[in-house]
Amino acid sequence: MQVAVISGKGGTGKSSITAALASLSQNIVLVDCDVDASNLYLLFNSTHEEEYAFVGGEKAVIDYNRCTHCGLCMVYCRFDAIVTENGKIKIKEVFCDGCHLCSRICPEKAIAMIEEKNSKYFAGSFRHGKMVYGRLAPGEENTGLLVNKVREKAKQIAKFQRIETILLDGPPGIGCPVMSTITGVDKLLLVTEPSLSGIHDMERMLAVAKHFNIETKIIINKYDLHTELSEQIEQKAKAWDATVIAKIPYEPLFVKAMIQQQSIVEFAPDSPSARIIASIYDTVLLH
Amino acid sequence: MNKNVKIAVAGGKGGTGKTLVATNLFYVIKEEGKEVELIDCDAEEPNAGLFFNGNLIYHSDVMLKVPEINTSLCVYCGKCKEYCNYNAILMIGFSKYIKVIEELCHGCGACSIACDYSAITKKNRKIGEVNQYQVQDKALLTEARMQVGVYSPVNTVKTALKQNPHPYVQIIDAPPGTSCPFIHSVVHADYVVLVTEPTPFGLSDLKQSIETLKGMKKFYGVVINRVDEPNQEMMQYLQKENIKVLAQIPFDRDIATVYAQGGLIAQHLSAYKKVFTGLLDLIIQEICK
Amino acid sequence: MKVAITSTGNTLESDVDQRFGRCTYFVIYDTESKSVEYIPNPNKQISEGAGPASVQILAERGVNKIVSGDFGLKVKPLLDSLKVQMIVIKHTQKTVSEIIESLDH
Repeated sequence: MQVAVISGKGGTGKSSITAALASLSQNIVLVDCDVDASNLYLLFNSTHEEEYAFVGGEKAVIDYNRCTHCGLCMVYCRFDAIVTENGKIKIKEVFCDGCHLCSRICPEKAIAMIEEKNSKYFAGSFRHGKMVYGRLAPGEENTGLLVNKVREKAKQIAKFQRIETILLDGPPGIGCPVMSTITGVDKLLLVTEPSLSGIHDMERMLAVAKHFNIETKIIINKYDLHTELSEQIEQKAKAWDATVIAKIPYEPLFVKAMIQQQSIVEFAPDSPSARIIASIYDTVLLH
Repeated sequence: MNKNVKIAVAGGKGGTGKTLVATNLFYVIKEEGKEVELIDCDAEEPNAGLFFNGNLIYHSDVMLKVPEINTSLCVYCGKCKEYCNYNAILMIGFSKYIKVIEELCHGCGACSIACDYSAITKKNRKIGEVNQYQVQDKALLTEARMQVGVYSPVNTVKTALKQNPHPYVQIIDAPPGTSCPFIHSVVHADYVVLVTEPTPFGLSDLKQSIETLKGMKKFYGVVINRVDEPNQEMMQYLQKENIKVLAQIPFDRDIATVYAQGGLIAQHLSAYKKVFTGLLDLIIQEICK
Repeated sequence: MKVAITSTGNTLESDVDQRFGRCTYFVIYDTESKSVEYIPNPNKQISEGAGPASVQILAERGVNKIVSGDFGLKVKPLLDSLKVQMIVIKHTQKTVSEIIESLDH
C-alpha cells in the first residue's frame, strides 16, 4: 500500500507528522518526495547504501572555436538565456530551458546540448525500515521526474524486502512534483492548518484528489490556533466527501523532538499529540 | 537607504517563516512612511496578501505564446513535432491528426521556426496573473499568481518583479526551494535574508541555500525563527562561514496565533516591532558596507 | 481490433503497470490475429509529456483501446479526440494474460 502525505503550502507540519507515522512502524519504506529540500534522512540519520545520478534537463553550451558571435541565437532565445558581454555571446546557464532551438538554428553549429547530471537520489536504511530520497541540484527545474525515480526505487525495495507499506512525504505547492507524488497512491493524507491560505490550498488539493479518485483523509494541525477556521475546514471537507480524521493542537514538542533528531512519538510517546498520531496510524496505515 | 534597494526574503524549505519576516519588514518600512513594495513571488501559493487590506490598482494576465496550427496549410510532415523538445505536439500522420498540448508548451518558438509551410501561428495562453494593491499612500503589494497546471511559475514571477516602474524599496518574498523559481526571484536582489529555524532540517536547507547564493555572488544574512534553545551546530556553521545573524525570533505561541489570524506581529505584539526595525537597520548597514 | 495494455514486463505473466505514460512496456494485443507485441516504452525516463508521447506511439500503431491503471489530465482529452477507448484497472493486481483473457470473452 502506498500512502502520500501532502499539504499544499509549507509549514503545516507535514514532515513532522510523516516522520511520526513512520516511526510507529517496525518496517516501512519511507520516501521523501520533496526533492528540492529533502530532510527526513537527516531526522532519522539514515544510512547511505545506494546512490544514483539523475539526468535532469539539458543546457546549451557554446563551442567558442566555432562561434562567430553573430547573435542569431540571442534573437531566437525566448528565455533571455543568451546575452552579449563585451561583444561576446554568453549563455546564462540558470536561465536556459533546454529547448534546443539555439543549437538547431546556429549557422556555425557551435551550440551543443549537454545533459545535466548534478541531481542525485539515494537509498538506505533507518531505524524503522528503508528510506529513499532525492536531491535536486540548485537551479534545476523540478519537473516531477526525479520524484518518479525516487518512487520507482522505493517500490523496488518494497518488493524485494517484502515490505507492505510505502509512506511518501510530498513536496509543497501544487505543481508537477506534487502530481508525481500522488499519482497511483492508494491513500492520501492531507495536512492542513487553520489559516486562510491553509483552507485555500486544502481545497485545491481536494480537487486534484477527486480527479485521481483517491481516498483522502484530512488532519488539521494546530487546530486550536483558530477554532473558527478549523470548523470551516471541517465543513469544506464534508462538501468534498473527505473526512477530518484528526485534530492536533499547537504542539511545541514537535520542534523539540526534531532538534533531538527524533519524531514526536519517539521523543514524547505519551504526549497527547503522539497519541493522536498513533490513532491516525491505526486508521490509515493498518487498514 | 538607497531608494530602489531590493531585499529578497528566502527560506529554503517551506514553512520556516519567510512570509512572516517579509510581511513584517514591509510593515515597518511602510510605517516609516517610505516608498516600499512587497512582491510575493511564491506564485504557487501567494499569501502575503492575506495580511494587508489594499485596493486593487493593477491587474494583468501573464501570457505565454503558444502555437496554433492551421490545418488547412499543414502537410503533416512532422517537423514541428520533431523540433519540440517538450512533447507538446501530437501528430498521427495517417489520420491527419495534429494537436498542440498547451499545458506542455514552454513557448520556445521552435515549432514555428521548424514549419516550412507557415502553418503555425502564435496565440496567447494565460499562465498566471499579477495583481497590485495599494496598501497605503506609498506602499504597494504586488502578487504573482500562477495558474494551476502550468509547467513553471517563472514567467509570472518575472512579470511581477518588473511591475512597478518607480524606484521603491522592494521586499521580495521568494518561493521555497533552490530551483528555477527561487533563482529568478533573487537574481536582481541587492541582499538576501535567509529565514531558517534551529533544527537539523533548517540547517540542511540553509546550507543548500547558501551554496546557491554563493554561486550567484549574492550578499546575504540569516534570521533564525522559532528559537527556543540555540542550535550549536548551526551557530558554529554560521561562525565558520562568517555569516551574519541579523535577528532571532523566539518560539512563541502568541506569534503563531497572530499569524494564523492574518495579523502582523510587529503591529499586534509591541515587543516584536523593534525586532523588525532592528533587522531593517542591520540589513541597511550590510548593504552599505 | 488492437488493444494496448500497460505492463511492468515483457511477458504475459507481467502485472499491469498502473502508470500509463511511464509504464515499462506496452503490450499490444490484436483481437483478430491473437498476436501479441511488446514495445518497451521509450518515454519512461523523459522529463515532461510522457503521457502525450505515449499516446503518439499507440495511436501511430492504430490502437483502439487501452487498458491501464490511470490516465492523466492531459491524456484523457487526447484519447477522446482520437476515439481511443480507455479502460481503468485499479486497486487490483492483474496480469497481462488475465486482461487478454477477459478481452476474448
